Amino acid sequence: MQPFRRFSAVAVPIDIPNCDTDQIIPARFLRRAKDDPAYARFLLHDLRFHADDTETSFIFNQIPYTNAQILVCDINWGCGSSREAAVNALMANHIRAVIAPTFGDIHYSNCIKNGLLPVRLSAANCNHIRIQLHESPGASITIDLDKQAVSGPDRKGYMFDIDPMDKIRLLHGLDDISMTLEHQAEIEAFERDYRKKNRWIF
Amino acid sequence: MNAPRSHSKTLFEKIFDRHVIVTRESGDALLFIDRQLIHDLHYRSFEELQAVGRTIRYPDQLFATPDHSVPTTAKKLTDIPQGEMRDTVAGLQEAAERIGFTHFDMTDPRHGIVHVVGPEQGITLPGLTLVCGDSHTSTHGALGCLSFGIGSTEVKHVLATQTLWQRKPRSMRITVDGTLGLGLSAKDIILTIIRHIGAAGGTGYAIEYAGSAIRQLSIEGRMTISNMTIEAGARFGIIAPDDKTLEYVYGRPYAPTDEKWEEAMAYWRLLPSDDTAVFDKEININAAAIEPTVTWGNSPQFCVGISDVIPDPASEADLATRANMESALTYMDLLPGTPVNKIDIDRVFIGSCTNSRIEDLRQAAEVFKGRSVVVPTLVVPGSGLVKSEAEREGLDRIFINAGAQWREPGCSMCVAINGDVLSPGQRCASTSNRNFQGRQGMGSRTHLVSPAMAAAAAVTGRFTDSRRLSS
Repeated sequence: MQPFRRFSAVAVPIDIPNCDTDQIIPARFLRRAKDDPAYARFLLHDLRFHADDTETSFIFNQIPYTNAQILVCDINWGCGSSREAAVNALMANHIRAVIAPTFGDIHYSNCIKNGLLPVRLSAANCNHIRIQLHESPGASITIDLDKQAVSGPDRKGYMFDIDPMDKIRLLHGLDDISMTLEHQAEIEAFERDYRKKNRWIF
Repeated sequence: MNAPRSHSKTLFEKIFDRHVIVTRESGDALLFIDRQLIHDLHYRSFEELQAVGRTIRYPDQLFATPDHSVPTTAKKLTDIPQGEMRDTVAGLQEAAERIGFTHFDMTDPRHGIVHVVGPEQGITLPGLTLVCGDSHTSTHGALGCLSFGIGSTEVKHVLATQTLWQRKPRSMRITVDGTLGLGLSAKDIILTIIRHIGAAGGTGYAIEYAGSAIRQLSIEGRMTISNMTIEAGARFGIIAPDDKTLEYVYGRPYAPTDEKWEEAMAYWRLLPSDDTAVFDKEININAAAIEPTVTWGNSPQFCVGISDVIPDPASEADLATRANMESALTYMDLLPGTPVNKIDIDRVFIGSCTNSRIEDLRQAAEVFKGRSVVVPTLVVPGSGLVKSEAEREGLDRIFINAGAQWREPGCSMCVAINGDVLSPGQRCASTSNRNFQGRQGMGSRTHLVSPAMAAAAAVTGRFTDSRRLSS
C-alpha cells in the first residue's frame, strides 16, 4: 500500500450531498476486476457519461479538473452500499484523498484500508473550499497527514482529526493482515479460552 | 470522546467487549468474529488471498450463497447466460468446493439472499459477531447479533484471521412506543425513523431499537427495521433478544441444541442493556402517528405519508437541503404539491433483503387476493424455503392469478445486476431499501414502500393507501 505523508494536487469540487456509492460506481460494474483497463471510466459513471457513452458537462470531465487527485465533497459522501469498488474507482483515477464533512462509515473504512485519505472538515469549511475551487479552476490543495492539516487554495490552514491507528496505517502504508498477525499469540490465547467457554458456537 | 461510564453496559457493549482480543492505546480493538457470510460478488477474495499465500482460518464459520448475480428465472448454474454473471456465481461455487466451506448453491432449497438465509438457518444467533461484505448485514441485529457490513479488504482480513479491527462506535437508542396502526408494517416504522434522524443521522453510531412497538413486531418485522439501519448511516441496528427471539431461533439447523442451547441461553439472558446503561443519544418515535409511507426522493430520508403531498423545496430553510430536494424532484420528475396518491407508477417490485420473507409475502397477498395487477409486477421470495412455504400456503397462486410474476429467490431488482432492471425513466413502487439515482437501472425512479403498499400500487397503477384494499 502506498504511504500517504504530504500530498499536493489539483482538487475538484463535487457539490452532491448524500452522494452514495451507487453514484460513485454503479452496481453493474461490480463484477469487473479492479485491474480492468476500463475501470477509470466507472467512477461517477452515470454522472459523467450519457447513455450513448459521450461525456456530460459534469465537472470532473472539464479541464483542468480532469487532472484532479483530490475531491472536495458534501455531506454523507459514500453513504449506502459497502462496495469497495467505489474506492477502486477513485484509485483508478489516481485520487489520493477525499475531503468531506461526513462520510458513510463503511466507505470511510474502505478508504483507509486502501491508503486513500478521507479528511473530515466542517460543512462550512468544505463549502468554502468548494467555492474557491469553482472560482479558481485547477487550484491545488495540500494535505499534510503528519500535521493533520489541509492547506486550501487560499493557503489558509484547516486542521482535521483522524484516528491515531488509521494515521499510522496511512503514513506507513501498512497492510492490516500483517499488522494483525503481530498479535498472533494473543489471538491464539483468546481463541483457546473462547472456544472452551463458548462450545455452543463451534 | 466517551465520558467515564458506570459499570452498566448496553446490549451492544456487552457483545462487543466479550469479543475483544486486544485493545490498542488509540481505542482500536481487535475483535473475534464468530461467523462470516459471503455472497457471489466476493468470489475473487479467495484467489486474492491465495495469491499472497494466506489460507482461510475457519472454513467452518463461513457460509456462502449466491444472491446478487442470480437471474430470478434460473434454477441452476447452467441456466445463467454465459458471461460475467455466470462466472461470478461459478467462482463462488468453485471456491466452496476447493476450500470446503458451506455453500447453498442455486439448486439447494436453502439458497437465497444471504440476509434471509442466515437467520433462517440459525447461522445468525444472539450474542454473536457476524460480518458480511454487504451493507445490509445490519439485518441480523434484529436477533441481538452484533452484525455489520464490511468492505472487501475487511472480508479478506476476516477470512485470513477470523478477526477485525474496530473502534467502539457511539451509542444511540431509538425507542418506538405506542401502537402501530392496523395495516402498517415495520417498513413504515423504519422509513419514518430515517425521515426523522436523516440519512446521516446514525453515522458513527451503533443503534439499539427499543420500545413497545419494536417488542410487538415479529422477528421478521424486526429484521426489516435492522436491515435499513444503514440507510440512516449506522452500520449496526441491534434489538435485544427476548422470548420471541428464542422461539424463532430454537430448532433451526445451525442453532445449538441440548446442553449447548442451555449454555447459550444463559449468556443470551444477560444481553439486554442494563437499566442504568447510558446512551450517547436517545431518540423517541410515536408509533401511533405513523402512516403508510412512500419515499419521493433519492435518499430514503425523503419520504412522506400516503395522504401527504410532495414537499416544496421553497419551504426548506437550509439551502443545501433545498438544492438536494430540487435535484431529487427533477430526477424523479415530480412537482411540489402533488398528492402522493396521484402519482402513477410503471412497475412494481416485491422482494429484497428488506421485504422478501414469508410475512412480507402474506401482507402483499392480502391485497392481491381477488384483484389484478395493472402494471408489470415482480414478486421475488428471499429464499428457496420462503418460496416453498409461500407455495404451500397458496400465495404463489394469488400472485400468479393477479397477473404478477413469481420468480426464483435472489436480490433481483433491488440491486438490478441480475437482468431484472427498470428502463430509463420508469417509476417503480419497490419494497427494497434504496431509492438512489440509477439504483434499479440507469435513469430508474424508485419509490420505497411496504409490501402491502407495493401490492396496492400494483393493482391500482398509482400509490394507494393499502388499508383501503386489505381484505
